[in-house]
Amino acid sequence: MDAFGLPEIFFLLQGLKWTVLLTIISFIGGGVIGLLIALARVSSSSVIQRLAAAYIALFQGTPLLMQLFIIYYGLALLQFNVDAWIAVSFAYTAHASAFLGDIWRGTIQSLPRGQTEASNALSLGYVSRMRDIILPQALKISLPATIGFAVQLTKGTSLAAIVGFIELARAGQIVSNLIFQPLLVFGIVGIIYFVICWPMSIWGTRMERRMSQNHA
Amino acid sequence: MQKTTSANTASMSVSENETLIELKNINKWFGGFHALKDVSLKVSKGERIVLCGPSGSGKSTLIRCINHLEAIKDGTITVAGKEMKHDAKSIDSVRREVGMVFQSFNLFPHLKIIDNCSLALRRVKRLQREEAEVIARRYLDRVHILEQADKYPAQLSGGQQQRVAIARALCMEPKVMLFDEPTSALDPEMVKEVLDTMIGLAEDGMTMICVTHEMGFARKVANRVLFMADGQILEESAPDEFFSNPKHERTKAFLGEILAHN
Ligand SMILES: Nc1ncnc2c1ncn2[C@@H]1O[C@H](COP(=O)(O)OP(=O)(O)OP(=O)(O)O)[C@@H](O)[C@H]1O
Ligand SMILES: [Mg+2]
Repeated sequence: MDAFGLPEIFFLLQGLKWTVLLTIISFIGGGVIGLLIALARVSSSSVIQRLAAAYIALFQGTPLLMQLFIIYYGLALLQFNVDAWIAVSFAYTAHASAFLGDIWRGTIQSLPRGQTEASNALSLGYVSRMRDIILPQALKISLPATIGFAVQLTKGTSLAAIVGFIELARAGQIVSNLIFQPLLVFGIVGIIYFVICWPMSIWGTRMERRMSQNHA
Repeated sequence: MQKTTSANTASMSVSENETLIELKNINKWFGGFHALKDVSLKVSKGERIVLCGPSGSGKSTLIRCINHLEAIKDGTITVAGKEMKHDAKSIDSVRREVGMVFQSFNLFPHLKIIDNCSLALRRVKRLQREEAEVIARRYLDRVHILEQADKYPAQLSGGQQQRVAIARALCMEPKVMLFDEPTSALDPEMVKEVLDTMIGLAEDGMTMICVTHEMGFARKVANRVLFMADGQILEESAPDEFFSNPKHERTKAFLGEILAHN
């Protein structure tokens, strides 16, 4: 069992599946919570604003690895008998929500004040102002940064290996330990990451260029 | 409908007794800066008020207080019989009576012209899309821009955008329209189309408060001109009187400057 064959490839693809799944789950979960965080961050109540700011600071100011450990072992200490899967999804969702929340807060605040004033003058309520006026513009502007974060997130899921979650990078490590060809295996793992992340990066960059042209 | 006796449209009906807007001793502070000092103002239905004065005198602040884009510290604001307090409900009820046009148009850039105009009808008045669009088209037609309904704001000239902004406000059928220097961001050749639209509104009996330095417009349309300086209304009179016989030194100096530039 020292050659790189079909079983090894399948094992890596199995890892890839978890990488993609973890990315998607934490991106969606992080997106939903991040939206709430962004809205809280620009809320008119200064208490809510500060809570959201603290949440963002907490997750941006500590290493992802610490967050993983704390949530993984913390849940266990609290007698939640959860498997790695749930703990890891939890940690990455929290992580993503803080970063996405901060990205979107920035673009919401970058919109001209006149947009809010015109909405108010038309007596649009809060929900309509956000849903129809502010968020469509803010989210569109934030798309390049959001895609950029999705790329970071995809690569960042490799850290989940540390608590025993077998995603792509960890799968690579296992295979390489079995067949003693680390360069070959990690080369292949790297190529798989690249094939996923590179198109997203290009997409983000293109979008950014197109937007700056529209604004010129 | 040419009137031979008067160049001014002041002969248009103003019901003297029906007060639409009443500001009583309002004070506005920006931090330690006293922006409006005990300002009082009564506007009757159908009146056309022009508000002028030097930069920083508080003109924008004054009209922005009327629909609570700025919150006052004390005093009372009553619009169409409704007193505005600081609660969302009374603010909303006043805003529904008041349309506003901004210097920088503030159209929604991601929405088509028709949607700019129909959105509030759907969200605030809860009309169906079709009904809302019928109304929106009516007002777009009124400002002579119906053919642009399916374009986006950025595809229109400044003058066209400002006319859309006027139509957007009119769609909500406000009792009063506030204008904050509606023509000062426009290229000179587009000023007239916007002023003509506003004149048309005045002729239809709309109650208006306009911050503008377009003195030709003031002469033609206003029945009162107010002059503000340092957060106070220093002088107010009918346009003829205001331009030919200003009383206050500050008014004279201001008019001297404005007329020199026009
Ligand atoms: N949001 C704000 N924060 C602090 N100060 C403000 C704010 N808005 C206005 N001011 C100040 O209040 C004063 C009145 O401003 P305002 O915009 O009402 O003047 P204006 O008469 O409309 O002037 P302009 O002709 O330049 O538009 C100015 O000194 C201005 O600097
Ligand atoms: Mg102003």
